[in-house]
Amino acid sequence: MARLEIDSALVERVARLARLELTEAEADRLKTELAEIVDYVGQLDELDTSTVSPTTQVSESGTPMREDEAQPDPAGAEILAGAPEREGRFFKVPRIVE
Amino acid sequence: MASDNYEAIIGLEVHTHLATRAKLFCGCSTAFGAPPNQNICPVCAGMPGTLPVLNRGAVELALRVGLAMSCEIAFESVFARKSYFYPDLPKGYQITQYELPLCRGGRVELPPDREGRSRTVRLTRIHLEEDAGKNIHTGGASLVDLNRAGVPLLEIVSEPDLRTAQEAGAYLRELREILRYTGASDGRMEEGSLRCDVNVSVRPAGSEQYGVKVEIKNLNSFRFVERAIEYEVGRQIEALAAGATLTQETRLWDAGRSVTRPMRSKEFADDYRYFPEPDLPPLVVAPAWVAQVRAKMPELPAERRTRFTRELGLGPYEAGVLTQQRELADYFEALAAQVTNRRSAANWVMTEVLRFANESNKPLAEAVSPAVEAAALLRMVEAQQISLNAAKTAFAALCAGWQKGEHKSATDLVAELGLTQVSDEAEIAAACDRLLASESVKVAEYRAGRDKLFGFFVGQVMKAMGGRANPKVVNQVLRRKLQS
Repeated sequence: MARLEIDSALVERVARLARLELTEAEADRLKTELAEIVDYVGQLDELDTSTVSPTTQVSESGTPMREDEAQPDPAGAEILAGAPEREGRFFKVPRIVE
Repeated sequence: MASDNYEAIIGLEVHTHLATRAKLFCGCSTAFGAPPNQNICPVCAGMPGTLPVLNRGAVELALRVGLAMSCEIAFESVFARKSYFYPDLPKGYQITQYELPLCRGGRVELPPDREGRSRTVRLTRIHLEEDAGKNIHTGGASLVDLNRAGVPLLEIVSEPDLRTAQEAGAYLRELREILRYTGASDGRMEEGSLRCDVNVSVRPAGSEQYGVKVEIKNLNSFRFVERAIEYEVGRQIEALAAGATLTQETRLWDAGRSVTRPMRSKEFADDYRYFPEPDLPPLVVAPAWVAQVRAKMPELPAERRTRFTRELGLGPYEAGVLTQQRELADYFEALAAQVTNRRSAANWVMTEVLRFANESNKPLAEAVSPAVEAAALLRMVEAQQISLNAAKTAFAALCAGWQKGEHKSATDLVAELGLTQVSDEAEIAAACDRLLASESVKVAEYRAGRDKLFGFFVGQVMKAMGGRANPKVVNQVLRRKLQS
């Protein structure tokens, strides 16, 4: 598999998707660091995995499940109380549509 | 008209709330109408360090729907993260299913149309996911309510098998009934429990290739879905006929102006960076569980239609109309069990019952007097104690009272309104004699060969007796008297 090329455009794009604002110096540093990380992970390319199906989990038993029972959580009120901004019982955020 | 030269290709993505008590990954209540942010906890509010635990009830309801729609159930399916930023999505990602959904393939049989043609719509997939919260935009701020965040949703994706807005409407109504029959959802669109995105493209009739696809979002009523498709198909045909090129895009339905308009690019981000959810191992559904769910399946609308045609002798179209709503089909069955003539019961439900239900805009049980009263009326018609018209008058009065909370019996009402039919020959003969005596000119014309006048005589006798005479007896008596 072709190695992922980390260039300035990619760093900028990832930063935008993560809603991060980077200075030029930070972007340069990240470009180098990300390239090193990708290189490191790239060692896995030495293995032949053509006959192995993608593994996303090592647990074999399947996800545990809960019964369908509603239980109020007392922490709910605390979450609302801890909001940086509130209006009545709503969380208040900067307007997101024009 | 140019539209005859084009064919529309339509596929639907339907989202429905599953009728669970608790949310998909936490124990918060799913009750609709709670005060804002009443039903939230660290999990559905996206607090760091929390972990989702899957609700077995939601999986079971999804299995019921999957089986009802003949899907292949995946022994192992995988949850995925769909990342985007929006204040109503506190984790910054939605847990959904992507590459490996719970249900694959499947189909929905549409009820036959008036010509008796039925259609099958193939499904691509059905998967489980969590809903987002709700934003209210006001002044310079947006207000967020997370009660809905984490409520289980089922996404049902159809193949592009639909061709008209009407077909899309029929598909949605059938879907809603299957969801109701299986108990998976209440199917109430006004509370947002059924929402729909539509994919529409057009192509020259006879062409094998698909045209450029447009997605329409923001459709929350069946009527809007049909209107948006009609508008969009018209817009695309007009553009193609004028030689313009269409762009693949997402458009929003603007209900105020009844048009679709392009979404501003800011309104959607198309890099969701799906990846398998690390906090949830794969969902494993053992075959024994599937078998157990299958064994508990109720009768479904398509099966009920077949039973109505095979066992009750109804036509495919009639069976389709009667099963379009579970409550209506239940009413019909209750009525049919209490009368001899099932066809008259079917006609009664399709005309009288449907009319009062539609006119009142209320649920059937509140709009229409119970089946036991309708059955009493139909039995009186069968016994020739009242005419069919009198039964309709009585039923209208019964329903009007029922809607106001009054409960009268059919027998009392027929007596009260004086609707009892007169079959007594002597009484009818007397009325006939009076009429024939007063219409000597017309009687002479009739005898001279103006056969059409017979209907006039019948009508006049009925009128003279206040509509209560048994028309069969009136016919017999008149015929006898006019022949002699």
